[in-house]
Amino acid sequence: MKALLIRDLTLAFRAGGGFGLGLAFFLIVTVLVPFGVGPHSALLSQIAPGILWLGALLACLLSLDRLLALDWEDGTLDLLATSPLPLEAALSVKALAHWLTTGLPLVLAAPVLGILLALPAPGFFWLVVSLALGTPALSVIGTFGAALTVGVKRGGLLMSLLVLPLYVPTLIFGAEAARRGATGMDPATPLLMLAGITAGTIAIMPFASAAALRVNLR
Amino acid sequence: MGLEVRDLCVERGGVPVLMGVSFDLPPGKALILRGPNGAGKTTLLRTLAGLQPALSGAVTGGEDLIAYASHSDGLKAMLTVSENLAFWADVFGQRDVTTALHAFSLEPLRDRLAGTLSAGQKRRLGLARMLVTGRPVWMLDEPTVSLDKDAVRQFATVVAGHLASGGSALIATHIDLGLEAEVLDISPLRAQPDARAGASDEAFL
Repeated sequence: MKALLIRDLTLAFRAGGGFGLGLAFFLIVTVLVPFGVGPHSALLSQIAPGILWLGALLACLLSLDRLLALDWEDGTLDLLATSPLPLEAALSVKALAHWLTTGLPLVLAAPVLGILLALPAPGFFWLVVSLALGTPALSVIGTFGAALTVGVKRGGLLMSLLVLPLYVPTLIFGAEAARRGATGMDPATPLLMLAGITAGTIAIMPFASAAALRVNLR
Repeated sequence: MGLEVRDLCVERGGVPVLMGVSFDLPPGKALILRGPNGAGKTTLLRTLAGLQPALSGAVTGGEDLIAYASHSDGLKAMLTVSENLAFWADVFGQRDVTTALHAFSLEPLRDRLAGTLSAGQKRRLGLARMLVTGRPVWMLDEPTVSLDKDAVRQFATVVAGHLASGGSALIATHIDLGLEAEVLDISPLRAQPDARAGASDEAFL
């Protein structure tokens, strides 16, 4: 399992691995928002938590179609499925690698981008906490979407359509926690719900992903 | 204890391809699968490797003993030759990749990126992967594609060494490898078009 994690991380950092693409997309989306809604600090600081969460979610989605498609094309998935590594474990490790290369950089970059959107000072901490708790769920659910559509020609769009509705609960509670934090309210309830969603998806989704992938490998 | 296949029926896309496949593969033996294109060699190998379920029949002695090599080698273009091998060795719980590199004379290429190799060199690396799996039953699907004469001989030597150490091999190929092996021609085993043994979806249509 460690070998697979190290291999996925190495591949992400080598040329063509796509590390930083999601981050750059996140940056551009949040920079574009003030151009779209105008330079009103009051309005921006009000919508900042939601925009930052939406940006992080879309940036996460952007890198999902590479998650399994490359391993499918070069036959690695077939060979992994016949290896001693259970498919559930392999997919959990791939989701973890995806989070480390996409989700974690988004969490770390979010406060910087919060400045661009005039996020109120008390909101920075809760924005980072909510993203740190919520983005693992995005990677795990995304792995399920990738497993469902692996082998489908131009499956990226289909995967987005399948995955985005599944992201709704994470987005609602994540953005709500960040908004409450920014306006000085107690963010405990949405944060607990968010943590629950993440824990639940981490526990259940690898089995669903492995089942979907087994059907697709036939 | 070897691989035993009894009256196996395999399907591709819901249609039975082969019926009544029966053979034994004891340790130390190799079996060559022959048959025209589309006869079902790959489907049979994928079924035996556990990638797809069989329609009927029984396979015993194959659990966790099979190392499967498909048409594609599962190589990462942006990893070096030794990194590719070390990854697969680690997945299969092995450590040593030098024997495998030596067996296919890949030492001079060990620090090259796999993406910069020629087709034949990639194939050799893909076959070297079988050595680092440490599994006794090799299933090889057209292993000699894009190999030159010397590399084919090298491959035959490796397989012979594997058989001598108590392993076995099931090889789908069209060429003569010069191995002492039984040949199983699967073309007479083609399933009849109407024989949809257990595969019928009609109840749901």
